[in-house]
Amino acid sequence: MILLDSLLMFITAYLVGFLYYGLYRNITARFQRRFGPPVWQSFFDSIKFFTKEESTSHGWMFYLGPIIMMSGAIMTLLFIPFFTHSEHFRGVSEYGNLFLVLYLLVLGPLGNALGVGTAGNPFGVMGVTRGLSRLFALEMPFYIAVIAIMSLSGSSDIATIAASQSTLNVVAYPLLFIAALFSFIGMMGQSPFDVVGAPVEVYSGPASEFSGKFLALLMSQSAIFTFAKLVLMVHLFLGGAEGFVELLGKTFALFLFVIMFGSIYGRFKTPQSIDFLLKIPTAIAVVGLILATWS
Amino acid sequence: MNEGFLQEQRTLEGDLNSKNSHQNSVDFLMNWFRKRSIFVLAYGTGCGAIEMPPTFTSRYDAERLGIRGAATPRQADVIIVSGYCSFKTLRRIIRTYEQMSNPKYVLALGSCTVNGGMYWDSYNTIKKLEEYIPVDMYVNGCMPRPESILEGFIALQHDIGEGKTSSWQKYEENYEFYRKNQEAVLGKKVEPSYDTDWYLYEGGL
Repeated sequence: MILLDSLLMFITAYLVGFLYYGLYRNITARFQRRFGPPVWQSFFDSIKFFTKEESTSHGWMFYLGPIIMMSGAIMTLLFIPFFTHSEHFRGVSEYGNLFLVLYLLVLGPLGNALGVGTAGNPFGVMGVTRGLSRLFALEMPFYIAVIAIMSLSGSSDIATIAASQSTLNVVAYPLLFIAALFSFIGMMGQSPFDVVGAPVEVYSGPASEFSGKFLALLMSQSAIFTFAKLVLMVHLFLGGAEGFVELLGKTFALFLFVIMFGSIYGRFKTPQSIDFLLKIPTAIAVVGLILATWS
Repeated sequence: MNEGFLQEQRTLEGDLNSKNSHQNSVDFLMNWFRKRSIFVLAYGTGCGAIEMPPTFTSRYDAERLGIRGAATPRQADVIIVSGYCSFKTLRRIIRTYEQMSNPKYVLALGSCTVNGGMYWDSYNTIKKLEEYIPVDMYVNGCMPRPESILEGFIALQHDIGEGKTSSWQKYEENYEFYRKNQEAVLGKKVEPSYDTDWYLYEGGL
């Protein structure tokens, strides 16, 4: 039963993730006054890369990197229930809690660092060092906000946190939401915190050296991971979801906000983004924490 | 979006949807995904590179046909040889082409790649590109406008969809022929050195 459930969750996240990526490319195109690609374009791209041959080899660690990232993404997905009260689409969430999910969120970047580090491509290494230094700054406000939410709801179980919101957390604790949202924009790789993949600047960053099936694996994991992170945010701050329509509505609203934010702002340099994240969102999170514990 | 634009879009895509019955369904599906998603190596090798930015940006927007730029040769499907090609550039083109992963395609822009064009008697450009690397599609003109480049891409997509073009196999099968021609103009050492500390050796500092 768990297996079937997990498989369905995987397929849903795979398709919805790619649909969101396609919509992302389409909406960005409209921002640039273009027609934009078809909605399933990212899906086509990933399938095409699965049918291509490999052209590079840098030892087994290079191949293990994308696989670690993929397993990190799938595990994150399976430990987050899709719905608040439903029996289905729960994956293995009853065996884990928010602490585990927070740990799994950084497994992907670490796997990436191992794989790309072996390849030794300067652009890839540059992207990874940027990513890891940004990761420390991203975690600070996000962890403060999430731990505050956890202690306020008195539980570390994601479904319980989602169910315990009589008024939505985004309304009750807006400062915590804003702080977490800044980190979330960075986690989604959007401007102004998109120093990792930084198009034009470091080519495609960590993905520079990957080709064929491993690039397809990276694209798939990014689609799945995106959806998992969106579901996590919806559970923590937007009161979870009871059905597919509500889940897709809430995740897409959040996603739309993030990509619009990303389309409007330019890119911070690495030190700038670390500086910013450690100052303003962290300060907002601390103030939010104090206000929340006071009331 | 206005009606005229959508009309143009339909005309361009209409060409893509014609079917060929000679393939089995797996090949058909694989070729379908390949033609719908084309990553173009964002290198400019000659003067025609100036026509590529408008093709890929807002004015002509090649992304609506699934054509987009790729940052590295590892991820690219198509390399555009844009215009005249000097011996010095040819080394880089060959090296880049060999780095790309199969299946890969070559799109040649401008008259110079067909027969030398206005550089027909130049001492340091090659005249016929297809003697050095296999070419899948020529777009002639001097220079071809973005519309022509898009037409060339559509024709290439059409060929990919029908499984007609397999130039990378041709390159592997006839490697001696291509290598002989490459060595005739570039000498024995065709590629730039693959060593990371190239500057310590011959031709470096």
